[in-house]
Amino acid sequence: MSAQSLLPWMLMVPLSWATLMVLLAQQRDAITRVVNVVGALVLVGLSVALYAGVAQEGLAVHALGGWSAPLGIALRADGLAATLVVLTAVVSSACGLYAMTSERAARTNGKSAPRYFWPLFWLLITALNGIWLAGDLFNLYVGLELLGLSAVGLVALGGSEASLSSALRYLMAALLGSLAYLLGVALMYAAYGTLALPELAELITREPMTQLAIALMTVGLCLKTALFPLHGWLPPAHGVALTPVSAMLSALVVKGSFYILFRLWFEVAPDVVTPLAAQGLGILGAGAVLWGGWQALRESSLKMLVAHSTVAQLGYLFIFFPLAVGTGATAAALATQGMLLHVVAHALAKSAMFLASGTLIASVGRGGVADLAGVGRHMPMSLFAFGLAGVSLMGLPPSGGFNAKWLLLQSALASGQWFWLLVLLGGGLLTAGYVFRVFRESFLESPDDAGQFTKTPRAYDLFALTLAAMSVALGLASRAPLRFMTNGLAVMAGVQ
Amino acid sequence: MSADRLYAYVGAVLVALALYAFLVHTHVLRRLLAFNVMGGGTFLILVGLAQDGRGPDPVPQALVLTGIVVAVSATALAIILLRRWFATSQTTSLPEDGSS
Amino acid sequence: MNTFATGSGWWLPLAVLGSSLVPALVIMLLSEQRQRTRTALNLSAALIKLSLVAYMTWSVARGNSYELRFGMLPGVDFVLRADAMAMLFAGLSAVLWLFTTIYAIGYLEGSPNRSRFFGFFSLCVASTMGIALAGNLVTFLVFYELLTLSTYPLVVHRGTPKALKAGRTYLRYTIGGGAVLLTGVALLSMIAGDVSFADTGALVNLIAQDSALLRVAFWLLIAGLGVKAALVPLHGWLPVAMVAPAPVSALLHAVAVVKAGAFGIVRVVYNVYGVETAQLLGLLFPLAVLASTTIVWGSMRALFQTEIKKRLAYSTVSQVSYIALGIALFGPWGTIGGLAHLLHQGLMKITLFFCAGNYAETLGIHDIDELDGAGRRMPATSVAFTIGAFGMIGVPPLAGFVSKWYLGLGALEAGMPWVLGVLVLSSLLNAAYFLPIVHRLWFRPQAGPWPDERSFGKHETSRWLLMPAVATAVFTVGAGVLANLPYSPLRWAMLVSVRVYTQ
Repeated sequence: MSAQSLLPWMLMVPLSWATLMVLLAQQRDAITRVVNVVGALVLVGLSVALYAGVAQEGLAVHALGGWSAPLGIALRADGLAATLVVLTAVVSSACGLYAMTSERAARTNGKSAPRYFWPLFWLLITALNGIWLAGDLFNLYVGLELLGLSAVGLVALGGSEASLSSALRYLMAALLGSLAYLLGVALMYAAYGTLALPELAELITREPMTQLAIALMTVGLCLKTALFPLHGWLPPAHGVALTPVSAMLSALVVKGSFYILFRLWFEVAPDVVTPLAAQGLGILGAGAVLWGGWQALRESSLKMLVAHSTVAQLGYLFIFFPLAVGTGATAAALATQGMLLHVVAHALAKSAMFLASGTLIASVGRGGVADLAGVGRHMPMSLFAFGLAGVSLMGLPPSGGFNAKWLLLQSALASGQWFWLLVLLGGGLLTAGYVFRVFRESFLESPDDAGQFTKTPRAYDLFALTLAAMSVALGLASRAPLRFMTNGLAVMAGVQ
Repeated sequence: MSADRLYAYVGAVLVALALYAFLVHTHVLRRLLAFNVMGGGTFLILVGLAQDGRGPDPVPQALVLTGIVVAVSATALAIILLRRWFATSQTTSLPEDGSS
Repeated sequence: MNTFATGSGWWLPLAVLGSSLVPALVIMLLSEQRQRTRTALNLSAALIKLSLVAYMTWSVARGNSYELRFGMLPGVDFVLRADAMAMLFAGLSAVLWLFTTIYAIGYLEGSPNRSRFFGFFSLCVASTMGIALAGNLVTFLVFYELLTLSTYPLVVHRGTPKALKAGRTYLRYTIGGGAVLLTGVALLSMIAGDVSFADTGALVNLIAQDSALLRVAFWLLIAGLGVKAALVPLHGWLPVAMVAPAPVSALLHAVAVVKAGAFGIVRVVYNVYGVETAQLLGLLFPLAVLASTTIVWGSMRALFQTEIKKRLAYSTVSQVSYIALGIALFGPWGTIGGLAHLLHQGLMKITLFFCAGNYAETLGIHDIDELDGAGRRMPATSVAFTIGAFGMIGVPPLAGFVSKWYLGLGALEAGMPWVLGVLVLSSLLNAAYFLPIVHRLWFRPQAGPWPDERSFGKHETSRWLLMPAVATAVFTVGAGVLANLPYSPLRWAMLVSVRVYTQ
């Protein structure tokens, strides 16, 4: 099948599985398990096929129902979109399998697994693929809303008071963010009469109405990406959710809105955005790096620590803006490569870290960082996965995180912006601080700890280790994936 | 001023009012209502501005229809969560917002 | 710039890395009880590595070189290359690792978390090999940081609050140093692109337009490397890290960590900047001053330590800077002295640490004043210790004398006669802090029972612990007495030094 004809299936498959899971809700476990595993396999297979197709044929466009833009809805896949589709399939499959393992473990202990998990899980994947492949601003809006609603639903699954209040807070932020975005879309349509990304990119001019539209959309998307100081909703939501949910939220969901922001600024309206605005986003990003890191350093609960780390890591993504807007072609290209690599590396590393943390907590029975004392001897593999993921997050080599940081550093140097260099390095030191804090507690040997640890399924470690190993391996071979991801991006035009 | 432009202006006023309400109220239901009003305002702007001086246009109407569906689903989800929240916590506002 | 490259034998450097990387992963997955499997894996890996390195060294001496290169990220290649300088360090590590492994197996018998320990132990050596074989600055940085990460679990191995506190200090210094090093490498890459190591340096063409930035980058690199090389005032972590088990101390002080820093300085001066370029930029004189300060300061501090391992630690601070000093002395003699000392110091210091570990494990001795009469109880260990100590002082014909001799010649050649004064002063201080220990071992009667004695039958201590110490002591004698044989440390240093000067 050509890449073009694969495009609709990237949405149809997860959507069908979401429906199937609603229908199978009352069925036996074994059946849902088989259906889910088949679904994950199909999803990964199709994603890889799409990747290969785009690599071979270049940009793939599919007009749904044969209606072309502006009236119809088009799906598009360039290298970046195809990469993110594969990333989504890989990360969510690992998280899904982890969830399956934990459901099984819960059931053998006589506890029931939360209902609605699987429909929401597949819906979340649908929404993500919808965003990666969307060809117009409104489709992006629908994807964004669907993403927000399924994510909120997943957070609420915990059922406790904390998870409900976090879910509600998340919902409020998500709704406000989407409305701001929609307002921007309304202004854009009024000004240009189309919402398709390629058409808009040709028509767009620098005028107050357009700038207002971009500003509104930017604010909305920043709120959804939890950019400091609009990040308040993120740590509780990602911290209290079920472990595989936390992993998917931090790895993929926040990247959805960031992806739209990137497309908007650099594909649709590169001549409308100003260096001043980019500097502003960068400063907020720096704030996120420092504040998120500081909070993680002081946090007493392990999962909240990892959640604060997400706030900090998202900050790096925004440091990309001042490096890429109003600087030379070389600096912009380096920054784009660094940012995209960071998106992928962080997704792999953070999902691994959440899964590993969940396993550690399951073994210890309590969620505090200080409760980890002695766990080093009993859970070496989980801790190893946590550490590997930490290597990438700290930006130490060899890892995708290091390569991303290296490219951003080179961009900061090439554009003569020393300030960002200091932020990047300082953020790395803070990250080292909170990652090693976990190890300091875990390696503590206490004399009377035998028997206080619960045995956890070994498969848990397999999923976390796989994701973490991928984030590290990315560090040795970044060149080819980067070339594919940046192929055809407008911001790379000056150097390719 | 054309009727379409009037719609757009009314929409803008509604959005502003609703945003104010969203920010000052801590009662979750009120916030949800404010969100719905804001959504209505946005839809008015979407259709009004697009048709201003250009006559009827099917695209924004289709968009608004989709938008309404999305808003209804969001509201439904919010209400479920809200009821659960009220049932478990016996309060109508979120912890850090104080009481309403 | 792309994919696999150049010539046959590209797999050799990879095999050297793999010979400890693969065992590292396997060992980590082994269960704690599989002691025999683990020991077999450890020893065979060490032997395989040693043979591979021996073959490569032989081949490199014949003028061959091996290279593996592939694209790591845009504009930067991952390069492993076996040149003469690389084999200098790889040879040292391969030899000493074998002995340290044997020692560690004996030392950790029966203690918990051995799979973790030996896993990271192997990973640590893999990083060291990577540092030796790295063919450009970024690849060097990759393994340099990997070394930090793989040594942390070893430093905190005992899991006591004191060990964890030491681990924290260790990380503060090394991660901070790593960040500074990264800045330096990034800056240099911006000025000069992807800098591959070359015999006479790679930056000579840039002196004209970029000399100020080149100087900044140099000092950033030296500061970053100086942390691991324990240059004063960046040496604070080394004495604190003494809480680690003895084989780890041996690793930190002789095989891997401080050596990685010193070797990094060697690479930066000779193979990145080029020693002549560095001289033109006026970088060598300040480096010599820095190294001399460290030499004197470390020795002074060592004098006041009452714990054996602490005294040895400050001695390391001082002795490692001989390497930096030799590099900073412009001229082939200084180069020979510095590079030979890279190897000699490793042999001597590892002997001393093995012996210190033996005293602690066998008799429970940690402080110097408990050593009275230990020579009679543990004669072989004490002879080894005495050889190591005399070597450090620079008594002919031991290894330390050879390095000091060439350093002295180098000082005269470079026109810095004051360095002779530093060498003499340092040797006097070496004698002042080592001779009392030797005196206690042999000439003082035993005062009361040993603090915590373990019996090993008719042997003075476990054979696993004794054999490595004796072997490295023999090497210390050999490196001095047989300094003129081919493949001796001195001859290899000479081989390298003719390649780094253009005329």
